Amino acid sequence: MTTRGGTLTGRIRHWYGANPLHLLALLASFALAGYAVRAVIETGQFLGFAIWFAVAIVGHDLLLFPLYSLADQSVQRLLPWTARRRQGRPGSSAQVPGPPLINYVRIPVAFSLLLLLTFFPLILGLSEPEYHRASGLTTQPYLWRWLAVTGVLFAASAVVYALAWRRSAARARRQSAGRPRKQAAARTRAHQTLPAAPDVVPSPAAPHPGFDVWHPARPAQNPGSPDPP
Amino acid sequence: MRRAAQIRRNGHQRRDGRRRHALAASAAAEYHRASALARRAADAARHPADHPPPGPFRPGIWRSPLRGLWLTSILAVVLLAGLIVLAVTGLLSYAAYDPLLPGNDQTPGAGLLHFYLFSWPTHPSWLYRVDQGVHITLGLALLPVVLAKLWSVLPRLFAWPPVRSLAQILERVSLIMLVGGVLFEFATGILNIQNYYVFPFSFYTAHLYGAWVFIAGFVIHVALKFPRMVTGLRSRRLRRELRTPLAETRPEEPDPGETETAEPGGGLRAAHPRAPTISRRGLLAAIGGASLTLGGLVVGQSIGGPARRTSLFGPRGLSATAPHYLPVNRTAASIGLTAKDVGPAYRLTLTGARTVTLTRDQVLALPQHAVELPIACVEGWSVSARWTGVRLADLARLAGMPEPAGARIESIQQVGPFKAAVLSGGQVADPQSLLAFTINGEALPWDHGYPARTIIPNAPGVHNTKWVNKITFLKQV
Repeated sequence: MTTRGGTLTGRIRHWYGANPLHLLALLASFALAGYAVRAVIETGQFLGFAIWFAVAIVGHDLLLFPLYSLADQSVQRLLPWTARRRQGRPGSSAQVPGPPLINYVRIPVAFSLLLLLTFFPLILGLSEPEYHRASGLTTQPYLWRWLAVTGVLFAASAVVYALAWRRSAARARRQSAGRPRKQAAARTRAHQTLPAAPDVVPSPAAPHPGFDVWHPARPAQNPGSPDPP
Repeated sequence: MRRAAQIRRNGHQRRDGRRRHALAASAAAEYHRASALARRAADAARHPADHPPPGPFRPGIWRSPLRGLWLTSILAVVLLAGLIVLAVTGLLSYAAYDPLLPGNDQTPGAGLLHFYLFSWPTHPSWLYRVDQGVHITLGLALLPVVLAKLWSVLPRLFAWPPVRSLAQILERVSLIMLVGGVLFEFATGILNIQNYYVFPFSFYTAHLYGAWVFIAGFVIHVALKFPRMVTGLRSRRLRRELRTPLAETRPEEPDPGETETAEPGGGLRAAHPRAPTISRRGLLAAIGGASLTLGGLVVGQSIGGPARRTSLFGPRGLSATAPHYLPVNRTAASIGLTAKDVGPAYRLTLTGARTVTLTRDQVLALPQHAVELPIACVEGWSVSARWTGVRLADLARLAGMPEPAGARIESIQQVGPFKAAVLSGGQVADPQSLLAFTINGEALPWDHGYPARTIIPNAPGVHNTKWVNKITFLKQV
């Protein structure tokens, strides 16, 4: 019996590609979903239901995701450019003080857009007629609230960035004060390829140079990265 | 095999702008490139499985250094707990409508999906309020986690070849139920709380059956992936990740379980990760912060009191604190209520063993009782108020049916799914169930159901019928 069962399991595994229990469990879940869909068909609303189901998947995977990825890539490309441009400003030192700006920009942007994505019917006033009929209220304040929250997010981000900037500048002063110029310069060069961060902690192996121009898109800088040379 | 590796290396060189320039300068290199392309094309024709089409199907395009089994597993464990709470509160909310009572079911054809229903209790009176507040607030707070989880696994959508076995075909079909289900439920729920009825179906029907499709996909996904999640959670330590700054953030290591069977077509981690721009703890903090922002800017509408002022985006939040405003979900104007309907001509008809018709003054002459009860909407907002009125049980006695099996409450409202509601015997008998005439010491405003509305402890808002003019006590339901 055991041998026979084993053979049968093996045969199913070969033909199906997984344990027979895998098949059984999946069929059970299809049965449950099918039963629910049957009820939708009975109410005569299947077409709209199916279209919204498909649009939900396509809208996220093939529209929303590529859009926000592209936006993020563009911002990443844009920000170091401004940092490098600052480098050459007359009267400034070779390095531009300050940690990378990227997260202080994209996080408030992401929060703000997420609020818009969630509450756009109220913010843009799209649901005004039904909302007013139901509640007696108007959607008008929501646009201003969204703008105000967006403003607060950016202001908070700017404050945190200013604090991080001061911290890293102070650290750099401390570091350069206690060592000969040449050595410090060499050290700075050696670490220019490391991505700097607001929360960088100088480790004994790689003392943080304070502030350096940030090179975002250079792969294989991590010792742990498996990138090909 | 070696040739394939060489060809793949050539592909990377082509993508590298500077190296491409160097190559283009030399005719010999150009020749090599062309012949490599030709070899590659011939190879692709022979073994299509090893040669994904361009774009997202090439593993090299996915370069985030943070993607990996650990990150996905952390998000998965949050969703595992959160989505279970969301499903349970949602199914309880459906039970609160007492769909088994005749006329209450907004979702005909549920059949066996009614298996868990029970007669909805009147105690504790805050149960529906808490249940629905949690459902809406938690749902909003989980949206960033759902989006982050989908981001973390998106490369798997484009795994190449798309299918290797029948088992994998079926598993991918089940993911349509899971991903489609979760996005469908979030979309319909979020639009519905803002009264944005753009969908071509009844919200109740679609949100309920969409939930069952999602639950089917969710249960099978958890069953199949739970061991992988545990492996992922064990691969790194959360405490350590929370202490790791950006400078020390490295891509995840390939895990031993990342075999062809567990992850056909490649794992979650990037084959050629970029240098990170945010630490893992930074990403988790951003996701958590987004959750707190979304949930926190809404939850005040469910708590009520001074907290309502903090609810900037709740549809009955800060806006609902305007002077003399009491939250409602259907205005008198929207049903076309006129002074004639509720003026001296108003009559309340009670039907039981006999039929009694009363004027408003006659009902007010009956013993009045006061209760402090919340009214809570399926859309998540709720408000507690002091109501006075006549007990439904007293009205049942007046109609000659002291212990009815239920009651059908009807409204002056002519159209709409909730112009009437059927209450259970337990709801009618509860001493806190009133036909109310005042709210917070004042006559009911028109929008709140003047001249009379029912207030039933723990019932969904729409089962507290407004503008009541007819109550039929039922011998059996």
